[in-house]
Amino acid sequence: MVEPILSVRGLTTHFFGVEGVTRAVDGVDLDVFEGRTLGIVGESGCGKSVTARSILRIVDRPGRIVSGQTMFRRAEGGPAIDLLQLSEAEMRQVRGREIGLVFQEPMASFSQHYTIGNQISEAVRLHMKLDKRAAHDRAIELLDMVGVPQPSRRVDEYPFQLSGGLRQRVMIAMALACDPRVVIADEPTTALDVTTQAQILDLLRDLQEKRGLAIILITHDMGVIAEMAHDVAVMYLGRAVETGTVKDMFAAPRHPYTRALLRSIPTVLAKPRTRLPTIAGSIPHPFDRPKGCPYHPRCAEIITGTCEAQEPPVTGAVGAQVRCFLHGGRA
Amino acid sequence: MPDSIILDVQDLKMHFPIRRGLLRRVVGAVRAADGVSFSIRRGETLALVGESGCGKTTVSRCILRAYTPTAGAINFHIGGRTVDLAKLERGELRPLRRHMQMVFQDPYSSLNPRMVVGEIIGEPLRINGMTDPAERRKRVTELMELVQLPAAYYNRFPHAFSGGQRQRIGIARALALNPDLIVADEPVSALDVSVQAQILNLMLDLQDRLGLTYLFVAHDLSVVKHVSDRVAVMYVGRIVELAETEALFARPRHPYTEALLSAAPVPTPGMASTRIVLEREIADPANPPPGCAFHPRCRYATEACRVDTPVPREVTPGHMVACHHADTLELRGVGTE
Repeated sequence: MVEPILSVRGLTTHFFGVEGVTRAVDGVDLDVFEGRTLGIVGESGCGKSVTARSILRIVDRPGRIVSGQTMFRRAEGGPAIDLLQLSEAEMRQVRGREIGLVFQEPMASFSQHYTIGNQISEAVRLHMKLDKRAAHDRAIELLDMVGVPQPSRRVDEYPFQLSGGLRQRVMIAMALACDPRVVIADEPTTALDVTTQAQILDLLRDLQEKRGLAIILITHDMGVIAEMAHDVAVMYLGRAVETGTVKDMFAAPRHPYTRALLRSIPTVLAKPRTRLPTIAGSIPHPFDRPKGCPYHPRCAEIITGTCEAQEPPVTGAVGAQVRCFLHGGRA
Repeated sequence: MPDSIILDVQDLKMHFPIRRGLLRRVVGAVRAADGVSFSIRRGETLALVGESGCGKTTVSRCILRAYTPTAGAINFHIGGRTVDLAKLERGELRPLRRHMQMVFQDPYSSLNPRMVVGEIIGEPLRINGMTDPAERRKRVTELMELVQLPAAYYNRFPHAFSGGQRQRIGIARALALNPDLIVADEPVSALDVSVQAQILNLMLDLQDRLGLTYLFVAHDLSVVKHVSDRVAVMYVGRIVELAETEALFARPRHPYTEALLSAAPVPTPGMASTRIVLEREIADPANPPPGCAFHPRCRYATEACRVDTPVPREVTPGHMVACHHADTLELRGVGTE
């Protein structure tokens, strides 16, 4: 059995707002393996981004990681360490160096006042003992690796001079600057056009193959999941309602939410002018999280008297879990 | 002109000047729409698809006359007469506005946060002369029912609603004056997947019930496949292909359409391996390449493509393509499940 490089247990992050507590992430278990992509998929407010940010411990206030464990096997070997127990200084050695991060909005994530070369060099020099010259060369090498044309010229350009696709490539270059073994990509292609998205997904797959990267891919798009992920976690209102391999999930989704979600996706394979099956209602506001199973008001397979009264327990091993009374746990 | 055509766009051009320097001299133009021609039949959905900067939104704004086009004609056939929207003065447009309405992309910014739902939907009625509050309220209630919003929400403010419900409010407002043509610019792209399907179905239902005509502007081919009768694909200010939905998806005739179809993520694992990944980036409409604007990215490009701009022509009845090699290329489409 292969050991996961990162293993998350019972991760819980709450937001303590003036109006009350929002349970953004509420007891999530995940395993991430080298050379594999774990896709975290869900709609707005499901907690997929907060999960990623909690792993890196960059949750914005008033959010706070309340409990859980994130066991990480470091590059130098030794037993896995719990990232949540590290001091802030120790965490800085992991963040950006051993775990890279790619954000959705490449324009907002760069400084507009420095060249991209400057910004990549800074990331490199923060973690590696390189002089300015060597860091600059490393930046060019990284740009070349992610397919930026004419890297030695582009390195001296500013972010606003690049197209969206190129900016996302630069962002990936920066995430890979210190040879991390895990990359967290939060909606890396959502702001891009579909032909550019295809290029970036191709690049990520290629880099993963060459470097054995473990990727955590956060997306709302089941198409991207089908294409990129090996393992998948479907989230709804702070919970991973179902986890499994991509093959199993698409072939035989177990949670009613996953089933309904997969049916409701428009696809280019559909017959023209066909109506899609829908999910009733809309996603509740996190403040008004329904009692019992939070999905029950929209669920077509509700067990009346059970689902609205109690929370369904998790059944199955990590990586093949489901949270639904249809799969056991009824009192 | 056959009676079934509601809108006929001929050689529409919208060039935005680029000004530089102290004197704001015109140094060039962004050719956002550069010779666009198509027509929409009464009661159908024509989708205008393409990636960012292709000019799809510009075309829709010209039709609604948010922009005054640089050249071309937009013939609107309404009430037994024909008017060229491109040439009308502001004042002359006013009475026509009730016949064409818009549904916006972002249901968060397109509704006035200080008005209650009833006022938002009733505003076009009030402006167009329905001054009796009781009569207006009755019509608004009808419209709310039409888009499946509970009438009890009449006095709520938009912030209390989810994205999907807000989009229903936007649609109800667009329907208030019984328009013939609805221009919907990315109406579902800001919505969550589980809500997208509801709105798409609603739009199809309303079309069947009210005989509406839609110009559906979108970037997402999967969404387009579900709602449209015909599809026009735009690239750098021009329509490169226009055909019946089934024909365009099953057998695209333009290499750009082929690539676009192939790039659309499909929720079936293992489908991506045969994808065509285009190289380079979308051309700049301020400085388009000579010849066919797509040639720098096209795998089939020849010398002719670098020199001559292809003219749209009909390759099979109803299937228009602007490609020199449309007759010889065997392009790959996507089947229907």
